[in-house]
Amino acid sequence: MNTVLAPIGRFLLAPWRGQAWRDLWFVILSSALSLLPLGLIGLPWAFFAVAPIYLPSILACAFLPLLAAVLLGPQLTTLRRSAYYEIRGAQIPRAPHTARDAASADAPFLPRMRARLRHPRTWRQACYHLIAGPAANLVGMIAGTMWVCGLICFGWLVPAIAFGPNWKWLSMATSLALWSALVCLVVVYLAPWLVMASVRWDLKFATDLLGPSRAERLAHRVTDLTESRAAVVDAADAERRRIERDLHDGAQQRLVSLAMNLGLARATLKDLPEDARTALAEAHEEAKEALGELRNLVRGLHPVVLEDRGLDAALSGIAARSPVPVRLAVDVPRRVPPTVEAVAYFMVSEALANVAKHAQASAARVDVWLDGALLRLSVADDGIGGADAARGSGLTGLAQRAASVDGGFEIVSPVGGPTTIMVELPCEL
Amino acid sequence: MRTVIAEDSVLLRTGLTKLLETTGFEVAAAVDDAAGLLAAVERHRPELVIADVRMPPTFTDEGIRAALVVRRQWPEVAIMVLSQYVEERYAADLLSTSTTGVGYLLKDRVADVDVFLESLRRVAAGGTALDPEVVAQLLVRRQNTPLDRLTGRERQVLGLMAEGRSNAGIAEKLVVSESAVAKHINSIFTKLGLPASEGDHRRVLAVLRFLERASPTV
Repeated sequence: MNTVLAPIGRFLLAPWRGQAWRDLWFVILSSALSLLPLGLIGLPWAFFAVAPIYLPSILACAFLPLLAAVLLGPQLTTLRRSAYYEIRGAQIPRAPHTARDAASADAPFLPRMRARLRHPRTWRQACYHLIAGPAANLVGMIAGTMWVCGLICFGWLVPAIAFGPNWKWLSMATSLALWSALVCLVVVYLAPWLVMASVRWDLKFATDLLGPSRAERLAHRVTDLTESRAAVVDAADAERRRIERDLHDGAQQRLVSLAMNLGLARATLKDLPEDARTALAEAHEEAKEALGELRNLVRGLHPVVLEDRGLDAALSGIAARSPVPVRLAVDVPRRVPPTVEAVAYFMVSEALANVAKHAQASAARVDVWLDGALLRLSVADDGIGGADAARGSGLTGLAQRAASVDGGFEIVSPVGGPTTIMVELPCEL
Repeated sequence: MRTVIAEDSVLLRTGLTKLLETTGFEVAAAVDDAAGLLAAVERHRPELVIADVRMPPTFTDEGIRAALVVRRQWPEVAIMVLSQYVEERYAADLLSTSTTGVGYLLKDRVADVDVFLESLRRVAAGGTALDPEVVAQLLVRRQNTPLDRLTGRERQVLGLMAEGRSNAGIAEKLVVSESAVAKHINSIFTKLGLPASEGDHRRVLAVLRFLERASPTV
């Protein structure tokens, strides 16, 4: 029962709801705010009255509002934004502050205005201040006027009907008065809806035109995502380095010491029984093996040499350990960001591991050089080729590593060889 | 043999001290930083210094820099540098003045007590001891040098020469006869264009030629 009656009740009560009256108040204030830009449109028309169809007045009609939009756009927008928040608690989102804004903010007046003229935001804001906003306000004002007039007329017609056609304040045929009262009632019921709708339109226009555009929102999101991804990659990198340090300062030192002591015991305790000597020898060998495994593990985490001495030194370590003979040429005169260094290091490491595993190559060549803000790597081998990024998980891993810092990865590997992997890593995010 | 140890890890420092003392070395001082090392060398005038590369305060290459100072001021002191990783530039720096009485080993080699002690004695006697990994890294370096003309076997032999082995040691390692090693070495001398002179001098020159490539300034 209530579900049917409630909407009907809401409709009947519409003109007396607080929201409707508040929206009417909002329309009045908002219209007042519109008066300034509207006045700027209207003012030039006054020229026509003085000097009809005179060139300066035509120019004034066209340029004065535009000039106002460019000069006062940001101030008008700020005014709107704070007014809407104060009156209605409505948040008009702010356009993002871009590098472009920052650059033009400190510029002298004329270049600043030129930059503003070229910025699409200026024209979207002008569109709101000169057209969309005033139009919505106009609808609201007309509806509001009809509402108030309807109420007054209705109040006047009721006694006219009651006192008959010869009432001294209004002389009117009763049937006409009845019809008029009915029309007034309809207007009184409908006008509040229109007022509320005009406020909704106004807010929507303001949000769409004064807030960030879709392109700006997307650009902002891309910046956010790039930053957060870089932070995640850096954090993972830092974590690996921390683990590496812990292992080096802890387990590795202890193992070296243990192996050394076992070796010493083995070298000095010559008069032990045979089986004790064997056990000692085995323990020593195992300690040395554990040490070797730990060293490889630490290298795989984050090689200290990379952090201390840079790519050149770290890569020559990998090249030297590769089972396929490697020629290495590194021309990186300055240190690149640690994350990029790590990606480059591990990419070369994985690429050479792939060469050793699949390529059946007799030689490989690694070149690393700095090309402006790009770090380029190339790993080439003289093997059988036929490497396919779609199949091998090793190659997918390489591509993902490159992508983690917005880098590019390309492989040329015809069947029969040779295979070349090319990577470019941007050094500035 | 009077020795000074510089190593910042307490565990390794005491371990090394114990190892050396039980195997006939005399540990005159065991310090934990580069300044301490220089002071100890000044005071004790050891025959051998064992230094870690990474030491306080910056944990980068204090050990190498201290070793270079020792080499300049007390050229008669043999130096064994221990490093957590291979950086051929360190090796090149160390060997830039002379190739006698100097060693560069990975820290882990300490675990191989016999080999480590032998390397120490060799260095103290004026020889060299380069870690096999250092040697391997030097081989992947720059191109278009006379070294490119060496065969794989000759490179191996040259690498072992750089590690500080004698002809007999190389022959043992490669499981070939000593005369075969001598033949390889002669071929290396020819290909590197080293003048016919006294054998040991040419040996040092060949190793230097080999190591030069690790140092960009040469």
